[in-house]
Amino acid sequence: MDIFTQQLINGLVVGSIYALVALGYTMVYGILELINFAHGEVTMIGAMVALSVIGILMGTAPDLPGLMVVVAGLLLAIPACMALAFTIEKIAYRPLRKAPRLAPLITAIGVSIILQNLAMLVWGRQYVSFPAVLPRGQHEILGAHITDLQIVIVVLSLLTMAGLWLLVERTRLGRAMRATAQSREVAELMGVNVDRVISATFVIGAAIAALAGVMVSAYYGLAHYYMGFMLGLKAFSAAVLGGIGNIAGAMLGGLLLGVIEALGAGYIGDLTGGFLGSHYQDVFAFFVLILVLVFRPSGLLGERVANRA
Amino acid sequence: MPTGLDFFRERPRLAFVLLAGLLLLLPFLVGGGLGNAWVRVLDFILLYVLLALGLNIVVGYAGLLDLGYIAFYALGAYLYAWLASPHFGLHLPFWMVLPLGAALAGLFGVLLGAPTLRLRGDYLAIVTLGFGEIIRIFMNNLNAPFNLTNGPQGMNLIDPVSVAGQSFSSPLRIGELVIPSTYLYYYLFLAMTLLVILVAMRLQDSRIGRAWAALREDEVAAAAMGINTRNVKLLAFAMGATFGGLAGGLFAAFQGFISPESFTLWESILVLCMIVLGGMGNIPGVILGAILLTAIPEALRYIGDLQRAVLGHVVVDPADLRMLLFGVALVAMMLFRPAGLLPSRQRKREFGAQDAVAEQEQADLYDARA
Repeated sequence: MDIFTQQLINGLVVGSIYALVALGYTMVYGILELINFAHGEVTMIGAMVALSVIGILMGTAPDLPGLMVVVAGLLLAIPACMALAFTIEKIAYRPLRKAPRLAPLITAIGVSIILQNLAMLVWGRQYVSFPAVLPRGQHEILGAHITDLQIVIVVLSLLTMAGLWLLVERTRLGRAMRATAQSREVAELMGVNVDRVISATFVIGAAIAALAGVMVSAYYGLAHYYMGFMLGLKAFSAAVLGGIGNIAGAMLGGLLLGVIEALGAGYIGDLTGGFLGSHYQDVFAFFVLILVLVFRPSGLLGERVANRA
Repeated sequence: MPTGLDFFRERPRLAFVLLAGLLLLLPFLVGGGLGNAWVRVLDFILLYVLLALGLNIVVGYAGLLDLGYIAFYALGAYLYAWLASPHFGLHLPFWMVLPLGAALAGLFGVLLGAPTLRLRGDYLAIVTLGFGEIIRIFMNNLNAPFNLTNGPQGMNLIDPVSVAGQSFSSPLRIGELVIPSTYLYYYLFLAMTLLVILVAMRLQDSRIGRAWAALREDEVAAAAMGINTRNVKLLAFAMGATFGGLAGGLFAAFQGFISPESFTLWESILVLCMIVLGGMGNIPGVILGAILLTAIPEALRYIGDLQRAVLGHVVVDPADLRMLLFGVALVAMMLFRPAGLLPSRQRKREFGAQDAVAEQEQADLYDARA
């Protein structure tokens, strides 16, 4: 089996999940210049809600096909996350829109702590495992394995990204979002309901995050109240890598980060003569983040200069 | 309006004597009233005051948001463990190890600061956060192939502080009087804290302190006034990190055991919250924040006893509830009192604009930042 191709595939799969989460960060940042720290936790809640629904459905109607059960879980997780994000924005961010930048960042951290601990109280400290209900076919491409689930994840991600791109570029709401991102005041003068646009941005990001949460828990076969934290950090790194505020950048950054991580983890042992092993996988995201910020602070596709007081 | 504070303000010497007496007797009062476990809490409060004062230099004075501050604490602690434990068989005295740890942390402060200087606020936050995680991941994994940190198990049997043959980990006997170990550490930490408070106060009013304030308010204007923003920022990073390293060394000696678990991101956030809660940039505020956020979680442990008394059994584990309440407090604080409990005079003016001029000033300030 070819390690390089295999790691490339794995990286692209994980990377497309990063990209989905990164979209939520980048959209909110583009409009509010706020790092929505709680976004990773929204993803986690999505996974947890879906898992609960799946568990209940499997208990009450064991004859249903597995795929349908998972889709049902997803269809409930999405509105749950949308409602959650709407509430978070309304309670924790909106009143602080005129406060110094640090204030909403700290409430975002606070919300993140609240969601983590609520999830811990509701779903417990243990890992919740994703039941093996999905079909598990495997194919061989260029000497590497790819599962049905991996194909579904990549295809669904690409479809979602395409859908989001159409929404932002081709619809009235999308135009309002772009206008608000450029200048809130002018957009308001042009008759854009800025508050509604900001709410919509959070809600759309949360819907995508719910999808990503379900995918990530299905892929790794488990979910945990703490899973949103690392995922969120990596997704944010991906957004910065692509150029924060830039939607295409978030997609590119996510895929790239996934591949860098997978290849890095696969080869770090050989490169350092066995000194560093694959358990340093989590370090790559941060190294990439720091390198990008030092050498190209605007990211790969970003245009704006990062040096504003 | 005459208040109790004014009474003492007019009699500074009396206030000083009373405060000094209170601080000296505090462990005995707390130990006698609440039990010796609370003296240990007192020690931790002082450690967190040290950390919060250090971070306050970076965040409160210079306005650089640092979310990886705990990494410097970790560096100080690990250096202490390397130089004064059976791990490498080195047993250097604490008065050599502590300054070394502080210096190492300061060096890393510069190393981290140098590449990140061009970044603005929230980007800087994320980079420092990444740095903190990198340090923790390395501490967690550097047990193979060469055992540097002993991995997740952590390092134990770290030498306690000892002065003139008296180890601080065993009680001091003066005739009839027996002073337990936690009391001894209290006095050591108190001395260190007072020293750091003094340094922080002097720094705030110094030329450098004013340069930091200028930098915080408007970087472009500060540069135009002839401030070398690069050096001044680096100095803030180095100073903050040095205090963090010092606190880390003290922590290692006090605990006798360290592991990567003590240096998670949440610790960084906890220290940041102390500053924000108390009042950024204001030393009494920062101290108050550190006291509250260390003591309240300890007090919340009693929620378990309360549940047992009222409901007969523990419904919700108090440890779980603590963090939840902590998050709620953080959000509520920002919404209702964003300048902190004891804001510095300047920030109070910025936040609490009442007249039209101040309001306009405030609006300009936000415009400049937006």
